[in-house]
Amino acid sequence: MLRLLLPFIVATFALSACTKKNTNEIMIGQYGSMTGAEATFGQATDEGIRLATDEVNAAGGIKGKKIKLVTMDDQGKAEDAASVVTRLIEQEKVLAILGEVASSRSLAAAPIAQNKKIPMISPSSTNPKVTEVGDFIFRTCFIDPFQGTVMAKFAFENLKLKKIAVLRDVKSDYSVGLADFFIQKFKELGGEIVGDASYQSGDVDFKAQLTNLKGSNPEGLFIPGYYTEVGLIARQARELGLKAKLMGGDGWDSPKLSEIGGKDVDGSVFSNHYSNETKDPVAVEFINKFKAKYNKLPDGLSAAGYDAAKVLYKAMAATSDLTAQAIRDQIAKITDHAGVTGRITINEKRNATKSAVVVEVQGASNKFVTTISP
Amino acid sequence: MQDFLQHFINGVSLGSIYALIALGYTMVYGILQLINFAHSDVYMIGAFSAYYGAMLLGFQNRPGIAALVILLFFAMAGCALLGFTIERLAYRPLRKAPKLNILITAIGVSLLLQYSGQVIFGADPKVFPSVLQDSVITEFLGVQLKVLDVAVLLVTFVMMLALHYLIYHTKVGRAMRAVSTNMNVASMLGVNSDRIISFTFALGSALAGVGSVLVGMKYPKIEPLMGMMIGLKAFVAAVLGGIGNIPGAVLGGLLMGLSEEMVVGYLSSTYRDALAFGILILILIFRPAGLLGRGGVEKV
Repeated sequence: MLRLLLPFIVATFALSACTKKNTNEIMIGQYGSMTGAEATFGQATDEGIRLATDEVNAAGGIKGKKIKLVTMDDQGKAEDAASVVTRLIEQEKVLAILGEVASSRSLAAAPIAQNKKIPMISPSSTNPKVTEVGDFIFRTCFIDPFQGTVMAKFAFENLKLKKIAVLRDVKSDYSVGLADFFIQKFKELGGEIVGDASYQSGDVDFKAQLTNLKGSNPEGLFIPGYYTEVGLIARQARELGLKAKLMGGDGWDSPKLSEIGGKDVDGSVFSNHYSNETKDPVAVEFINKFKAKYNKLPDGLSAAGYDAAKVLYKAMAATSDLTAQAIRDQIAKITDHAGVTGRITINEKRNATKSAVVVEVQGASNKFVTTISP
Repeated sequence: MQDFLQHFINGVSLGSIYALIALGYTMVYGILQLINFAHSDVYMIGAFSAYYGAMLLGFQNRPGIAALVILLFFAMAGCALLGFTIERLAYRPLRKAPKLNILITAIGVSLLLQYSGQVIFGADPKVFPSVLQDSVITEFLGVQLKVLDVAVLLVTFVMMLALHYLIYHTKVGRAMRAVSTNMNVASMLGVNSDRIISFTFALGSALAGVGSVLVGMKYPKIEPLMGMMIGLKAFVAAVLGGIGNIPGAVLGGLLMGLSEEMVVGYLSSTYRDALAFGILILILIFRPAGLLGRGGVEKV
């Protein structure tokens, strides 16, 4: 039976391999958490990237070729991130890859892109280790040492908090890294860390940790986690009567945060890539286009996704022959690109140096508080 | 001391939810000697039934006793129906098959529910409607006793007492006990054992539905994989108390909740889940039948 079927199987594979080739299209891969616990991350980023892609295609594409974006869902799991990126490279034959938001997932996929020498740009993975994987891995956002510094400075200087407790997600590279950088900077400034507790993403009960932290009477609580847990943490903190100011990082940026957390997250502050209330003309234009296309306001991750895609397309347009190596070299040369989230310069460590904003949660929208430059 | 009391209240409140779900495991095991792995996903479906039911009737944001009753109704009805269907379609055809087949089927049903849930409801977490307005009932020694914690504990105990009454003081309960002792003899004596087994599944699943509403009340974030961890822990609670034993399931659940909360409170949250399964291993070594279980001779 198998002997009879074998030629067909081989033929199907051979056909599927060659029908994909269309010389008038450039294949670009994107992977992200389109579903899963952090689905709004993937979806928001995808919306930003699609907007940028449509713009470039409407303007005639790159070197006369249209960009075809292939989006793959990793369901928010690191192991799936690795397998979808392999598929993007091996089967879809993409020239470059955009993704992921979460550092743990970018870290799982980056070695594969590096091995195959396919440039990858992460729009918003902030853990420093991501781009240390190799010379084909870039990012167009700031990194956690900077983000941690921003919040530590903001807490100490603007909010005048002296005693802060930290609650981190031990399962997430992003959260652990950001917590460490925050603590280091806050102590350097002369503040006191009165508690350092942890949880694991997926937990729903945080009362034991919060009860302990409450005992040390912190004025502020730094939670460098993702919105799914932060909403519940905020609720339980207030239930237990913990009145500390809640602070976090860009992992909070999702409309779900205030849906889950309700009024208990109002007044909390977090560092982000950008704010909707910006007056910067590039950003205002982006917001208008985004509203026209999706009929809603973009969040920070859509803006970051848009910037990453724009940087990639700019680099591609600057190459002479559109090879992966040439694209890589051009991305490394990006200087002072006027992005939605600020001016992007790729430094020698393949990270972007740019400013961060601090926003305050107020219901479903975030209110701009201040910009902090590197 | 104040911290300890607060940990204690948190633990009891978490434990009573484990207990409710553990009751479902224990009842099905008691009657069929089957570990119904799909139970934790029936619990998940309960949360979503309540969510969509509330949406249908416009009860998302009107907390009160009426909302609680309506959500409980939707969750219990949804779960009971699902439990009944699963038993009818997946387990009954295997009644005469080896125990292992039915166990593997249970795992299959569990995965089917989890992944269909992700396709149908979407994997993104949903916000559970607010059921009861939370407020402080009383404060002693600086520890707050909240409406929600008390409600959870109260509902669990009412359910346990109702279940106890049903099993030991009604006709259908007597039939359940008969089927659990020996299905064949019970059938010979005129008990319709298929119907009793269906009833047990529906009842156990309805309890999972109650559990799902209580969890939704306390932790208003529901998603298709929410049953996995809590289901495993409830299962451990059932084994800990002595699987097949109703007060045992409640005792096991409370112990689980308390020890988890204490471990996170005084040691480290990293050990939270390790502890749950560590306890299981210890109990199986020293008391294979569980704390309240009957150490009987296994019939072969």
